[in-house]
Amino acid sequence: MPVNTAAIGKTFAPATYAVGREKIREYAHAVGETNPLHLDVDAARARGYDDVVAPPMFAVVYCLPSVWPALFDEEIGIDFGHMVHGGQEFEWGPVVVAGEEITTTTSLKDASERRGNGFFVFESVSVNPAGDTVCTGLWTNIVRGV
Amino acid sequence: MQPGDELEPLRITPDKYLTVRYAGASGDFNPIHIDEEFAHEVGLPGRILHGLYTMAQVARAQTDSGGGPASLKRLSVQFRGMGVPEVELTVTGTVTEVRDDGTVVTESSCEQDRKRIIRNAEAELRLER
Repeated sequence: MPVNTAAIGKTFAPATYAVGREKIREYAHAVGETNPLHLDVDAARARGYDDVVAPPMFAVVYCLPSVWPALFDEEIGIDFGHMVHGGQEFEWGPVVVAGEEITTTTSLKDASERRGNGFFVFESVSVNPAGDTVCTGLWTNIVRGV
Repeated sequence: MQPGDELEPLRITPDKYLTVRYAGASGDFNPIHIDEEFAHEVGLPGRILHGLYTMAQVARAQTDSGGGPASLKRLSVQFRGMGVPEVELTVTGTVTEVRDDGTVVTESSCEQDRKRIIRNAEAELRLER
């Protein structure tokens, strides 16, 4: 099935994720974080934060409700069984702390075919309640043998 | 930090059930990461690590050297090959550039069993005191 380049630019409805203290701790433990800013509320407050701080890569958690539906979009038509994650880029703004609601909007930035493989690049833009962009993500997925 | 300086190497061995905990923590329950039988059915040697877990180790190597979570401003990686549980991961990195505005640029990779599963990871750091 050829890559549907007509879907380039398709933008999905924003999704909001409420960042919880225990979710940050669960994520931090899973990836082996030991920095008390992620685990200890008192340590985070002593450094001037309202609550525990999300590790930068926690972006994957608050982006997921927005990025996931895009990956499964029928018009884009990714064959999930043959998809591999080829590359990932994140650019971060202000840190995210527990208690914030982060709203992410995802769009299909590029779709192309090279050497029989499909390349799909999604862009996610995540903003905090103050309107700051806390993270911009570029998600490159490769579908083998399109 | 000056060009040529090396980041403190980061070593971690994901245990047998790590992929299950990471799936729960991240929300990515793709069965290739958590179901041994399914992984074999689709031609993998067994359950594989989430690429974004491995990227998180590259990120930790940056924030450990940069002084904390606010120091990491950008990270870009290419996934090559597959990581597996129960084998040590090693992240190494080198400072390649220090810009006039103080931004420190590093290049890192993540190896497992002498294979680079993440290579050419480029990061931008703003050092925290």
